[in-house]
Amino acid sequence: MPESLLRFEDVTVAFGELQALRNLSFNVLKGETRIILGAAGSGKTVLLKTAMGLNPVASGKVFLFDEDITNKPEQDLFDIRRKVGMLFQESALFDSMTIAQNVAYPLLNQRANRMPRDQMEPAVRDSLRFVELEHTLTKYPSELSGGMRRRVAIARAVVTKPPLLLYDSPTAGLDPITAHTIMALIIKERDVDNTTALVVSHRYQDGNLVANFRYNSKSGRLDPSPDAAANTVYMVMHEGSLVFEGRQTDLESSKDSYISKFVKRPERDAA
Amino acid sequence: MLDILKGPIEAIQDFFLLTGRALRNVFRQPHYLDDIKLQMDALGVGSVPIVILTGAFSGAVMGLQMGRALQQYGQTGRTGTVVSIILVRELGPVLTSLMVAGRNASGIASELGSMKVTEQIDAMRALGTDPIQKLVTPRMIATAIMLPCLTVIDDFVGMFGGWLIGKLVYNLDFLQYWSQSWRALAWSDVRQGLFKPFIFSFVISLIGCFYGLRASGGTQGVGRATTQAMVAASVAVLVLDLFLGLIFVQSSSF
Repeated sequence: MPESLLRFEDVTVAFGELQALRNLSFNVLKGETRIILGAAGSGKTVLLKTAMGLNPVASGKVFLFDEDITNKPEQDLFDIRRKVGMLFQESALFDSMTIAQNVAYPLLNQRANRMPRDQMEPAVRDSLRFVELEHTLTKYPSELSGGMRRRVAIARAVVTKPPLLLYDSPTAGLDPITAHTIMALIIKERDVDNTTALVVSHRYQDGNLVANFRYNSKSGRLDPSPDAAANTVYMVMHEGSLVFEGRQTDLESSKDSYISKFVKRPERDAA
Repeated sequence: MLDILKGPIEAIQDFFLLTGRALRNVFRQPHYLDDIKLQMDALGVGSVPIVILTGAFSGAVMGLQMGRALQQYGQTGRTGTVVSIILVRELGPVLTSLMVAGRNASGIASELGSMKVTEQIDAMRALGTDPIQKLVTPRMIATAIMLPCLTVIDDFVGMFGGWLIGKLVYNLDFLQYWSQSWRALAWSDVRQGLFKPFIFSFVISLIGCFYGLRASGGTQGVGRATTQAMVAASVAVLVLDLFLGLIFVQSSSF
């Protein structure tokens, strides 16, 4: 049995009267990629933030790397958070810092990852090379396009080589070509570093790409490969509850009207 | 009725929690010295022009009015005494703090508010830094160091403004004005004149940070946070000034 990296046990998260997550339970195993689908406001972002301990939990328990992180004080969470990389919805780059400073931020500030300054620059360069943006080192986030900012944010999330990655709507608001580039990077990260990932999306084709393609390190492109589907699990969220959890084939054969909307007419729900 | 009170009481509780955590971080690793220096420059040195202008004009106006009032008793020569006591004890600390509250509480709130609504605060937490340690404590320390210094500048420029107008309007003697001003001040005046801005500095920086970190709802929310921070900080300075004044008057030995 592979080890569990992230486990929710009957978790409820509430903001005032509003329940953002309702009695959510699931278990993410090492090596899995989870595609989380759902309409806007269904609790996808809250789920990712709760997994990082960024939101208070009303009831239930959250386990990250088998450690109970439910409502722990901020200071005690920093050591475990360094094992998780997160891509935020709007990239969340620090706009007063250059791209190089942004990517170096976790290396400078995470206690366990802190490295001598002379090793830092190659690590930052490697990470930016991974997203093919090595030439932007001295630029500021405001000088880059939305797609480039998202790639820099991926570089920042992977610079410490975390075993678990959380991507919040990596393709939202991007044109199809840029969205494909971002998804290709996510697949590349999965196949090169063997990371476990949760990918929030409202586009079915993002999941389709993750489940059926592999990164070919020789050609630098994505090749069709059905074996990726075995480790790809879909989750569908509806108003804070988990309404589906399973493989792509089960998702496609679902008769539920809400779930099937994400499969059959992805274009209409993309907005 | 209880529901109406719930919001403000919760806000006050959150404010004191933030204050407690920011103060505790002063004695806790890691210290972000670069951020403190950066904020001392931005919040302190950046406020020098506005403090000089405020000081010069408030001192000049006081010199003008006091000179006229004292003229009735044939005591125009005492203008320096009155101007320096009022400036050092009361007007210097309060006017400087109000100007700094207007400039910096709103500046801090809009900066932190923008970071909040674009998820940069969450990103900071996710990347292993405590936003209070990294953002709030440096701003608090920087303001606490710089505000008393700015007050000294304001006091001095104010006295100069008072002399200038005294010279032009009432033909005051240079030496007489300055020796009167100097002799009028006791150590207790200087102590309370510097203690007040030190206390105000915490209120100004922490209110700015508090409203910034609470911002929600996009750019509109940032605008709202900015305005609220400025209003709350200015009012807090005036209210605190009265209470501190009462304490000083009651225990006049201070």
